[in-house]
Amino acid sequence: METRERIPVVSMQHITKHFPGVLANDDVSLELHAGEVLALLGENGAGKSTLMNMLVGLYRPDSGSISIRGEVQHIRSPQDSMALGIGMVHQEFMLVGNMSVLENIILGLKDLPVVPDVATIRKKITELSDTYGLQVDPDAIIHNLSVGEQQRVEILKLVYRGAEILILDEPTAVLTPGESRDLNRIIKKMLSQGKSAIFITHKMDEVIEFSHKVQVLRRGKSVNVIDTASVTPRDLANMMVGRDVLFTLDRCAFNPGEPRLRLSKVSVENPLGSRPYLSDISLSIRRGEILGIAGVAGNGQTQLTEVITGLLRASEGTIEIDGKDVTKCTPLQIIQTGVSHIPADRGAMGVVGDMSVGDNLAMKKYRTHELSSGPVVKRSRLRLFADKLIQSFIIKTPNQDTAVKFLSGGNIQKTILAREIDSCGGILIAVYPSRGLDVGATEAVRQNLIAQRDAGSAVLLVSEELDELQMVADTIAVLFEGKIMGIRKVSETNTEELGMMMAGVGGDA
Amino acid sequence: MDFITKLLAVTIAMGTSLTYATLGEIYTQKSGVLNLGMEGIMLMGALSGFATAFYTANLAVALLVAILTGGLFSLIHAFLSVTMRANQVVSGLSITLFGTGLANFLGQRLGPESNNFNLVGMNLSSKFDNIAIPGLESIPVLGAFFDVSILTYALYLIIPFSWFFMYKTRFGLAIRAVGESPKTATAMGLNVSAIRYLYTVIGGMMAGLGGACLSLSFTPSWNDGMTGGKGWIVIALVIFAGWNPGKAVIGTLVFGGITSLQFSLQAAGVKMVIPTQFLAIAPYLITFFTLSVMTIANNNRKGAFAAPSALAVPFAIDDK
Amino acid sequence: MRLVLEKRERRLKRMSLLIPLFSFILSLLIGAIVLAASKADPIQAYAAMAKGAFGNARRFQYTVVEALPLLICGLSVGIAFRLRFWNIGAEGQFVWGAIGVTWVIQFWTFLPDPLLLPAGILVGMIAGALWAGIPGVLKAYWAVDETLTTLMLNYVAIGVAEYLYIKAWKAPKGILGTPEFPEFTQLSQVWGKVHSGVFIALALVVILWFLLYKTTWGFELNMIGKNPVAARYQGVSIEKSIVIALLISGAIAGLAGSLNTVAITHRLTRGVNAGYGFTGIIIAWMSNLNPFASIIVAIVMASLTTGADALQIAMKLPESMGAVLQGLVLIPLLAGSVFHDYHLKLIREEE
Repeated sequence: METRERIPVVSMQHITKHFPGVLANDDVSLELHAGEVLALLGENGAGKSTLMNMLVGLYRPDSGSISIRGEVQHIRSPQDSMALGIGMVHQEFMLVGNMSVLENIILGLKDLPVVPDVATIRKKITELSDTYGLQVDPDAIIHNLSVGEQQRVEILKLVYRGAEILILDEPTAVLTPGESRDLNRIIKKMLSQGKSAIFITHKMDEVIEFSHKVQVLRRGKSVNVIDTASVTPRDLANMMVGRDVLFTLDRCAFNPGEPRLRLSKVSVENPLGSRPYLSDISLSIRRGEILGIAGVAGNGQTQLTEVITGLLRASEGTIEIDGKDVTKCTPLQIIQTGVSHIPADRGAMGVVGDMSVGDNLAMKKYRTHELSSGPVVKRSRLRLFADKLIQSFIIKTPNQDTAVKFLSGGNIQKTILAREIDSCGGILIAVYPSRGLDVGATEAVRQNLIAQRDAGSAVLLVSEELDELQMVADTIAVLFEGKIMGIRKVSETNTEELGMMMAGVGGDA
Repeated sequence: MDFITKLLAVTIAMGTSLTYATLGEIYTQKSGVLNLGMEGIMLMGALSGFATAFYTANLAVALLVAILTGGLFSLIHAFLSVTMRANQVVSGLSITLFGTGLANFLGQRLGPESNNFNLVGMNLSSKFDNIAIPGLESIPVLGAFFDVSILTYALYLIIPFSWFFMYKTRFGLAIRAVGESPKTATAMGLNVSAIRYLYTVIGGMMAGLGGACLSLSFTPSWNDGMTGGKGWIVIALVIFAGWNPGKAVIGTLVFGGITSLQFSLQAAGVKMVIPTQFLAIAPYLITFFTLSVMTIANNNRKGAFAAPSALAVPFAIDDK
Repeated sequence: MRLVLEKRERRLKRMSLLIPLFSFILSLLIGAIVLAASKADPIQAYAAMAKGAFGNARRFQYTVVEALPLLICGLSVGIAFRLRFWNIGAEGQFVWGAIGVTWVIQFWTFLPDPLLLPAGILVGMIAGALWAGIPGVLKAYWAVDETLTTLMLNYVAIGVAEYLYIKAWKAPKGILGTPEFPEFTQLSQVWGKVHSGVFIALALVVILWFLLYKTTWGFELNMIGKNPVAARYQGVSIEKSIVIALLISGAIAGLAGSLNTVAITHRLTRGVNAGYGFTGIIIAWMSNLNPFASIIVAIVMASLTTGADALQIAMKLPESMGAVLQGLVLIPLLAGSVFHDYHLKLIREEE
């Protein structure tokens, strides 16, 4: 234990930040010391990204101060923050898709000569790659790289600029377990060179694996700062939420009926050449069953749901609903067969943000005679219909005419749930349904899915979180590079086996 | 052969005006701003240059005024598009409307009293004459490139410079990033607004210069609407060049060639197989097909032939 | 201290009226400056313009007649805009409407006389529809940028028209253009100078309002325009919707062209591309895609033109003043449009 005072590398004191209608950070203080990894844990909307965006000059605090290596600083722009040695890898990569790795790395660099010396730069990039294990081709074009490779470019960008303080926003969300381990190695190498890091995360396992200390934010306030070694995931979850979190859910016994949806040897080609999106997929979902699809995002989940819902055409194989061949059906026909779909990105795919809540609720049934006579939409009927759904699903909105984009993430998801469940004909496809939702909203979503399953629906649940699948699903299929590695009953498998299949190892293939 | 050389000479002369404006619009669009005000800006450039030359007999000053006028008009567009985040299509069209109206209006108010204040029909005491490079200008056909005005000679440097600027310097890198992904550019410390303002104004300046090329060199006079739609051809040329300054000259030669072919054949009294009107629309038709075909061909690949991704999309940093 | 634009939490209803009003006043001020700079008394000038546009029944009729093609083109462009489709090609579609009706009236001699006019207008609408359908299909199925394709096609249409009225269909003698239409095909006048096209225009406003706000098709267009991905997920065929909307948009612009030809020019001639298609874009934008608002906006824009005509006579100002003012009106409107979604905020820098 050192007796001399260590000046923190980063010290944020009493930071407060407002946005229209939201108090994002409420008197939050944070400290980071050299050679240390601090995990900033909290649910979506807790204020983690906002806080970090102030460190990198994208936002400015309404009040409070920031000190770097003991000196108070006013970080007014990304350039200021870079000059202080701070760099951030955002969840959404900040890369220009049609430019090369090298161009992205030198973009915006201070002191860059008017005509950059490309050869020297290329050499420096290669050296840094070797030092930290960040292998990537400097002349490769960004949109041709894999997600893992792009993340490496992001880190290279920071290292090239001499960043000493690295901020990573949900870094393992897009990585396979293997790539996560690589990242861990890279971070450890950096720490040994005196750098420090802050991880923004909402995943407990990320906290445990990567950090020395963890700071928990909840609804804009800092709740606790504690050594990682001395907490359990349960403690952390409680701190994040403020109460005991349910880790199990009530459900009926697993008693599946006959199959409602069946895929036989379905393949979907990838027109961009390389391997197909889906290869030889065979699976079925039975009445009263929740089939979970596990796998790291980008292994074919989107294509799987799109081929089932008719948005994508299968190049081989057949899809049957209740025994009827629907492989060549249009999305509209699939909807009319009774398939409901809760899409992956609620804002972009599930609702029309500028339309009212009422209209969004009617988006599935507006064609039917329930809400219209012939081509004319009956507004009075629509309003009654919408009010009914708002009540039964407890959607929190000032009224049904409010634009849906003003609702919270959880209520937007409830709107989608209400619409899809109300019109569901017994087959429900849910894709990352609890992504970005706080624990309360997440519970509501999961309970709804189980209620549907108990009522006899066939449910397909795609999720990135293994623990969610293990909690909610009856059966799990693992997708890896477009193939099904294996299908297991939840009760007959464990995290290790599933995790390996997610990384392409083992399974029945 | 003489006919072809003559044709080339006319093409180059007309193409000079087009090339300046096209290069300017390429800079603007590469930074993410769509400026459909080219027709109005070019016409104002032609007018302001002509009027200044008429009263001062100083061609250099006239050129300067034309450039500044172009810059001023595009500044309005930059303000509306970048700061006020307005609809860039409507803004550009408004500038065209305003610019063409104002140019025609001033053309009938700035003239000498002797001609009823009209500038139409007035003559300049001097214009940008062709300067021949001895020896080179007698090369068959290609000699035409060496008997041109200094405005064109300047282009021989400006075009390669523009290509180099766009792809080999840090400034070009910045422009391209801003036009593709303003969010990334901001995160990397670039000032998206400033860059967009700068290159929109530069684009307008070059368009003003292009307009002045018409009234001070090509047909040294002033007439209502004398740009005759060239501002719209410029938009076509930007697409045809694939937003690459180096390729801009190919388009201007091709399109300028077709147009001058039209005039030359008419002047020579040659009986037309293809009606002149169809020749006139050839540039637009070609651009239409080029754009369609290239987009379709690149549909499944991230195209090298593509407009900057953030073109005409207003960018606001603090939007949550 | 800095002044920044901050996103509003929600749009304020009163802003939809206040912003255009305030902008318009600003435009009048700027216009006054331009007028004063050209040695014209602004107040006298504006008074002359107002009188010229609305002064008496006759002047008002001129304004209405000028407003009709603007209104119809505004409606045409507005439909496409609902889908976030920039139909800059209304000018070309207008021209094809003129070409179509000329073709029928000049050459379809096999038709009985009373059918010529309706057939001509129909053909004009079909021609306009097809001309808009081409870029529509290209965008719907191959994502070809519509701003640029529709723009280019305008000049192709104008070129074709030129060829027709200068060469192929030219009247043997007399002024440049095709032969004048026979009297019975020219639209009758219903109120002074206002021709029967006004009924068609008003009917169109009501029909479009109904289609856009009351039908399932309108509901879908709204969905597609605001979030095409979500619309696709709900089974809406984006491709079909785009093509249908564009066909309708083109047909309406073609209608404007046909009507203008049978009512005003009575032949295909120079000036067929009168700029109504381009101004229609501005009309659509200003009226925020509401068909009824388009009526008001079209009259305002038309009054600037007819007012400027009067200005030319009264104060010897060139008629291009009209275009200058129209452009000027737009600039403050464009600047003001940001205030629908944003408000100004003063930010203090920390010490």
